[in-house]
Amino acid sequence: MTSEDGQKSSGRVIPITPVPDSEQTESVSLYEAQKKIYPRSINGMFARWRWLLVFLTQAFFYLVPWFQWGERQMVLFDLGARRFYLFGLVLYPQDFIYLTGLLIISALSLFLFTAVAGRLWCGFACPQTVYTELFMWIEHKVEGDRSARMRLDRNGWTFEKIWKKATKQAIWIVLAAWTGFTFVGYFVPIRELGAEILALHGTWQLFWVVFYGFATYGNAGYMREQVCKYMCPYARFQSAMFDKDTLIVSYDPARGEQRGPRAKKLDYKAQGLGDCIDCSLCVQVCPVGIDIRNGLQYECIGCGLCIDACNNVMDKMQYPRGLIRLSTQNGIAQKLSQSQMFRRVLRPRVLLYGAVLVALCLALMFSLVGRTPLKVDVVRDRAALSRIVAGGKLENVYRLQIMNATEQTRSYHIGATGLDGVEVVADPRIEVGPAESRWVLVRLQIPYGSAASGSHKVLFEVSAQEDQAKVIEKSVFLVPR
Amino acid sequence: MSDFTSNFWSIYVAGVTVIGIVACLLLLVFTAKKKVESTSDNTTGHVWDGDLTEMNNPMPRWWMWLFVITIVFGLAYLFAFPGLGAYSGKLNWTQLGEYDAEVVKANQQLQPLYARFESMPVEEVAKDPAAMAIGDRLFMNNCAQCHGSDARGSKGFPNLSDADWLHGGAPEQIYKTIHDGRVGVMAPMVAAVGGAEDVRNLAHYVLSLSGSPNDSIKAALGKEKFAVCAACHGMDGKGNQALGAPNLTDDIWLHGYGEDAIVAMINKGKQNEMPAQAQKLTNDQIKVLTAYVWGLSNKPAAAH
Repeated sequence: MTSEDGQKSSGRVIPITPVPDSEQTESVSLYEAQKKIYPRSINGMFARWRWLLVFLTQAFFYLVPWFQWGERQMVLFDLGARRFYLFGLVLYPQDFIYLTGLLIISALSLFLFTAVAGRLWCGFACPQTVYTELFMWIEHKVEGDRSARMRLDRNGWTFEKIWKKATKQAIWIVLAAWTGFTFVGYFVPIRELGAEILALHGTWQLFWVVFYGFATYGNAGYMREQVCKYMCPYARFQSAMFDKDTLIVSYDPARGEQRGPRAKKLDYKAQGLGDCIDCSLCVQVCPVGIDIRNGLQYECIGCGLCIDACNNVMDKMQYPRGLIRLSTQNGIAQKLSQSQMFRRVLRPRVLLYGAVLVALCLALMFSLVGRTPLKVDVVRDRAALSRIVAGGKLENVYRLQIMNATEQTRSYHIGATGLDGVEVVADPRIEVGPAESRWVLVRLQIPYGSAASGSHKVLFEVSAQEDQAKVIEKSVFLVPR
Repeated sequence: MSDFTSNFWSIYVAGVTVIGIVACLLLLVFTAKKKVESTSDNTTGHVWDGDLTEMNNPMPRWWMWLFVITIVFGLAYLFAFPGLGAYSGKLNWTQLGEYDAEVVKANQQLQPLYARFESMPVEEVAKDPAAMAIGDRLFMNNCAQCHGSDARGSKGFPNLSDADWLHGGAPEQIYKTIHDGRVGVMAPMVAAVGGAEDVRNLAHYVLSLSGSPNDSIKAALGKEKFAVCAACHGMDGKGNQALGAPNLTDDIWLHGYGEDAIVAMINKGKQNEMPAQAQKLTNDQIKVLTAYVWGLSNKPAAAH
């Protein structure tokens, strides 16, 4: 349909882009070698916070496996024996619901923190961030700061470059190996792990130490921001939790533009300049290599280092701080004050996340505190339905798995209720060792003819003799026709 | 091993697979570069709705190499392992071969465990707690399906924990039972016995053998009919372990208790089978199981 038939269908014009002329076009690759980022080190409030979190998380990670609880490791996830030891608790595979609870709580915490203050997790607590931070610190100590590192990489292999790179690699590898070792130490007793590996006993242990060590080395030494940009799923969906009242690292263009260098003596406002002096320090310190002055970008992990860099410059220029600051989209657009923004933090989404999170935490705590240190599975014999035994009794056979979740030997008594005249034929005292489970054969008998044919509900009651632990489990009793 | 009568489908499947992989590679090669207008602002020159432009943000190159690695891996895998139609791969790997190798390996690992019991008589093995723990697990995995977890059986499946044996309770007989299996056959006897009334009378006589409640008049009438049964069960009805004929004088009723159950048995007969385990278990395992089963009825007090 052309416009020459004089019929205007609607006022809308579809823009037509002419096919590019072949002389104007060039072929570009849709893949490109990644440009290496050389973040400049910086001091300031956010940098200090990052270091504090590096310290806290890593102190926890590296030290916890070394603590003992009585005769055993305080935190040990023994996959071989299928027991998780957590302080005073012995968790069985049947306790996986607690892991589910923990994961849901973690997810909700992520939602809550993200809704309030953006990618806090990414910038401060994520292992990827933390190890990158550690590895960069080593790099910085050995090779020098940004410009020195760039010069080193640009130039050929001099003696200085060789020893610096070798030193850096050596320290990196030691730290990565130790990280892998510690990680494996959560799953096998860490105090024996070193000796086992040296004696070449645990091939699998060695494999996982090397595997996690290498993953740490590769991710924190080389992949760094690539992990956040191209691999991490959490980074992708956190933007879905942002809204216009989420605190994000933001540059204030109204104040900053027109950016440009200036002489200190002149009144820059008269020249039509804003507060940004275009020193590009905010770009140099950025660990993901973006320019925050272009607005919020998906790469930004909200670490706030550009805020530190800009504030230092503003101080030197004797301009007010906060040209780049933690603010909200609404805050920047509507020029809200701090208190106005903080009032908007308590919006329905945040309150809801918070309420559910608190409820779940409480539920998990109460359920862990009030947990019975005993578990019972009842398995009816599948083949033998029921039988008549001497004395005119009907008999069903069951196997009970009795799981002792305490760390002392316990003896248990098995009873049954829920059927008229039901009797238990089993050992009166069943001993189960510490943190062990046992299969016990139990037979239930009722007088012949005391129950109609079909399936009846019956309840097993297993109670410990030494403490109050008691478990009631359902099963069925079959009466033949 | 081709699953098809002709090898057309094998070639067809292999062709589709290879063409698919090559197509992936070609797609990667032809889409890796793109003609764009040379612009200074890092856009591709495409404009939508008047102001929406497309940025040119290339993917990292290592991403592309990952894709290439998957292709190389796929080809190498198809070369080494079965996957291309009926081609069985350079390594000649099969699931069955893998399974057999694992069984051999497992048995090698178990060998030293069982070595201890090889020279022991079964009666001694039955006293060994380690052997009994092994026996218990073997029993639960291989025997409990029919004989029950407590080995007391159920209708049609003998109780192994009492002193009543169909084929004999000596260790070597138990071993043979497990190793070779047993078949218990009783032919339908109704023709040899006579009419329905005769069968009923005979059933009452059989009940009387074990002192179970019965009609003494009918039992007396049925007594002469028992001659037919005596060929296997013996004149006294005490059974015959050489034939696996049950003892009729105790109150153990493998195939059901009462007049009707006995009448049905005489009318229809029975063919009962215990499957041979020699294919499933090693001789060492069968020996330990023999000791376990023998121990069930030969314990001072079965603390099971």
